[in-house]
Amino acid sequence: MDKENSNQPMEIICVACPKGCRLEARRQDGEILLSNAGCKRGKDYAVGEITDPRRMVASTVRIQGGLHPLMPVYTSEPFPKGLIFDLLDHIRAAEIHAPIKAGEVVIENALGTGIDILASRDMA
Amino acid sequence: MSIKRYDVVVIGSGPGGLAAAIAAKENGARSVLLIERDVELGGILLQCIHNGFGVEIFKEDLPGPTYAQRFIDQVARLGIETMLDTMVLNLTADRHLTLTSNTHGYQQITADAVVLAMGCRERTRAQVRLPGTRPAGVYTAGTAQRWVNVEGYMPGKKFVILGSGDIGMIMARRLTFEGAKVERVLEIMPYLSGLTRNYVQCLQDFDIPLKLQHTVKRIIGIDRVEAVETVAVDEKWQHIPGSEETIACDTLLLSVGLIPENELSRQAGVQLHPLTGGPVVDANFHTSVPGIFAAGNVVHVYDLVDWVTEAGYAAGKAAACYARAQLPSSSHLVSTSAGDNVRYIVPHHLDPEQLQSGKIPLQMRVTRPIENPVWVEALVGDERITRRALPYARPGEMITLDLKPEHHQIMEHADTLTIRIRER
Amino acid sequence: MAPTYDVIIIGGGVVGSMAARFLSRYQLRILLIEKRADIGSVTSAANTALIHPGYDPVVGSLKAALNVTANPMWTQLAHELQFSFDRCGDYVVAVGEEELPKLDALFERGRRNGVPGMSLISGDEMRRREPLINPDVSGALFAETGGMCDPFGVTLAAAEHAVINGVEILTNTECLDFVIEKGRIMAVHTNHGDFTCRWAINAAGLYSDVIMHKAGVRPEFKITPRKGEYLILDRAEFELKSVYFPVPTAVSKGILATATVHGNTILGPTAREQDEREDKSNTAAGLEEVLQGGKKLIPNVNTRHVIAIFAGLRAAGNAPCETPGVSYQHDFIVEIPDQIQGFVNIAGIESPGLTSSPAIALRVIELMRDAGEKLVGKKEWDPNRPARPIFRHLNDEQRRELIEKDPRYGRVICRCENVTEGEIVAEIHSPVPATTYDAIKRRTWLGTGRCQGGFDMTRVTDILARELGVPPLNISKKGENSPLLERPTKTLGDSHEH
Repeated sequence: MDKENSNQPMEIICVACPKGCRLEARRQDGEILLSNAGCKRGKDYAVGEITDPRRMVASTVRIQGGLHPLMPVYTSEPFPKGLIFDLLDHIRAAEIHAPIKAGEVVIENALGTGIDILASRDMA
Repeated sequence: MSIKRYDVVVIGSGPGGLAAAIAAKENGARSVLLIERDVELGGILLQCIHNGFGVEIFKEDLPGPTYAQRFIDQVARLGIETMLDTMVLNLTADRHLTLTSNTHGYQQITADAVVLAMGCRERTRAQVRLPGTRPAGVYTAGTAQRWVNVEGYMPGKKFVILGSGDIGMIMARRLTFEGAKVERVLEIMPYLSGLTRNYVQCLQDFDIPLKLQHTVKRIIGIDRVEAVETVAVDEKWQHIPGSEETIACDTLLLSVGLIPENELSRQAGVQLHPLTGGPVVDANFHTSVPGIFAAGNVVHVYDLVDWVTEAGYAAGKAAACYARAQLPSSSHLVSTSAGDNVRYIVPHHLDPEQLQSGKIPLQMRVTRPIENPVWVEALVGDERITRRALPYARPGEMITLDLKPEHHQIMEHADTLTIRIRER
Repeated sequence: MAPTYDVIIIGGGVVGSMAARFLSRYQLRILLIEKRADIGSVTSAANTALIHPGYDPVVGSLKAALNVTANPMWTQLAHELQFSFDRCGDYVVAVGEEELPKLDALFERGRRNGVPGMSLISGDEMRRREPLINPDVSGALFAETGGMCDPFGVTLAAAEHAVINGVEILTNTECLDFVIEKGRIMAVHTNHGDFTCRWAINAAGLYSDVIMHKAGVRPEFKITPRKGEYLILDRAEFELKSVYFPVPTAVSKGILATATVHGNTILGPTAREQDEREDKSNTAAGLEEVLQGGKKLIPNVNTRHVIAIFAGLRAAGNAPCETPGVSYQHDFIVEIPDQIQGFVNIAGIESPGLTSSPAIALRVIELMRDAGEKLVGKKEWDPNRPARPIFRHLNDEQRRELIEKDPRYGRVICRCENVTEGEIVAEIHSPVPATTYDAIKRRTWLGTGRCQGGFDMTRVTDILARELGVPPLNISKKGENSPLLERPTKTLGDSHEH
């Protein structure tokens, strides 16, 4: 869905808190119009979803010499949504070696975003 | 042959057991043993590689293994003894345990207090009486999760998921991330079973269709799943004729509910609650058998791991007190009763004396979704003693109402505390 | 050139396996071929698991004769072959006064079939013996020679004992045709080559008509698969003391409620004819019928007690009874037909097939002797099969010893049934090896409890892969077309899309 350029109204379910308000968002004259936003957090979330949607991404990376063949990893901060599948390809191609400690940087500055991919746990 | 005795033995090292062991050690138990059937600590958290853990306790959004690692490190720092690769085969009411292990052999031990933290297992195909053939490719979501995230195997290419519980939705995203196609998620109720956040981030983000009030009519395929026939249902779960659709796929994942794992509890004669399937407990998570405590999903299914940790801390602390003969016995217990729109409440009874030293959280689930502002009210007879306003109430999200020290006096004279939920 | 085998048995169900076991006592080179990945995986694995007293078959039929001959054999057989068997007796339960005359009719039939140890008891006595029985029970027929077993366990024990005594078993090997010369079977043509023999024994169950037609025998004989659906109830919720039949209908013995040797309760079977020989699917209607039938006997049964569902197919045939004066169109066939040399034909073995199987084997031997076959006994034939340790049946001291000898018996893989890694490994390396998940499940009973494999499946896959020396991707549920897994997580799937 090409959110950037569409002038069509977009329905967004806000996940800033568990309530899950349904907002409608629309671009008009370069501005973003929102209806039904329950609170400020919701407005910020909706604007973010239109201009720069991001997600925390968790996956696994192959590890040699460890207790298991895979090490769970996660992004150090929310990652640009449009680049997620490229990130996953990048993680799929990578391989690391045991031992690893939780929080260690497994991939630095992934895809030039400044966001690191971290090990989720210790693995001997 | 002498039998080794421990002050506190904790069974299971998921979030409930880890917290219980830590709290027991920090609250005066000299010898604490943490038993785990897997080869490492962490329980189910090790395969829950997605974020969403620790938002309450650590104010961070962590993956499951990272959350577990914090407690695993603490267990090591405190020098708590662990027995891995060990299954508890038997537990008696007087707290004798029979253990079996590849690494540690076969042995009996005894404990002054036990904390049950065995978690739960998944509801199966047979329990939802799903007709059709019995080919390879029908798995519960948790089994698939273990394969994908820990063992390193994809169980199929094209998936249909039955059940919109969190595990099912999480797996929909996970499978998509690893190159599989998730054709559809089906939910028999008219509302989402899990958290809205997961609907957005696991299904909507990937254009995976969710069909409410739908179920699988039968499984097709002799050796391996080839398709499932789906059907729409009415509010009584009756199939609507003519609404059948056959979806080609090679795997059906079931995310149709969790059942507390209480084999050992049964053996020890612990009284189980018919609705939750878990032990009847008081505010210390003390079961009906003296010296046996229970914490986490083994008591009832939680939604956030942070609350499991809190329960584990409470149970572990109480277990340590009990082992030192310092847990006050209750002269008077007030029963909690599920009133309007409340499905069940934990704890099932409580000692008002405990309110003198702090609050008691009452945890419950609503029977049906109320998408309007509600009151959650606690009453003794006709008198409302406390209440809480919430913007809505959903079965998939556990609700907590705290009893506070100021309620001590009225609770002292009460027999039953009724909790109800109503629109405001 | 002398044929490679004296006897080739086609089909590894309980009939074929029992024949192999009893024949293994003689100096014969015997091959048993089974077209699926495991022996005993079809009808023999999915039935009501009962050893019938013999009051049910039509008087004068071969079914009646073999049932009654075989029944007493089971005590000694269970001891020799070390399988689970409980001669607990069985009950036919009349509900309401109007059903009582049917009990008399069954009693009379049993008497004429020569069934010992039968008695008619009152409704009160039935209620005393089984507190969970329908309170409207008016009376019951009790037959003390009835019992229950683990039918796959029986089949496996027989097959294994045969292998220990020299019989070869080839799985994944299908009889495609016979090589016939001058009216005599010379060889069995299979998907793994031709095997020459002097005798071919048809024990092909659901496909026994197909096989006999390849030998030009009984073109009018037809197997009609009859599906029976079952529900299994959790033993933690529910335990029956014995085996309870309703009064029978024209088609079948009806829907039973019975205890099992594992302590669970089985309800079933239904009886529905179909054309498809491979369709063992459960149906919503069938499961509902089972539940209602079960409730007639045991009103407290409830769907929340259900832990498993399954279905089996009976190989129902249309062979007329050969006893003069008996009009019955669905009798067993156990014969050496005139039309062709070197062929033993066993077919139409539906209930009481399991019960009759040892008597069928003895009858086959008798027929072969009558046909001139010299059967010379092996001096060193030991009728006893050594059993492998079952962890959950051992006491503490025995368990400790076992784990000290082999620590793998210390690792519990199936929590619900307490099945250990040691047992799984032993089955993979046993005389009739388990090489699939279902084969392990049938042998050890893992995955049959409340979690239905949820916890053990990933671990069993691992163990199978390790012991067989193959990657986990090669492990199947029940043979090569049923792989459990698709590919490693970190390779690209072909439906990968951005």
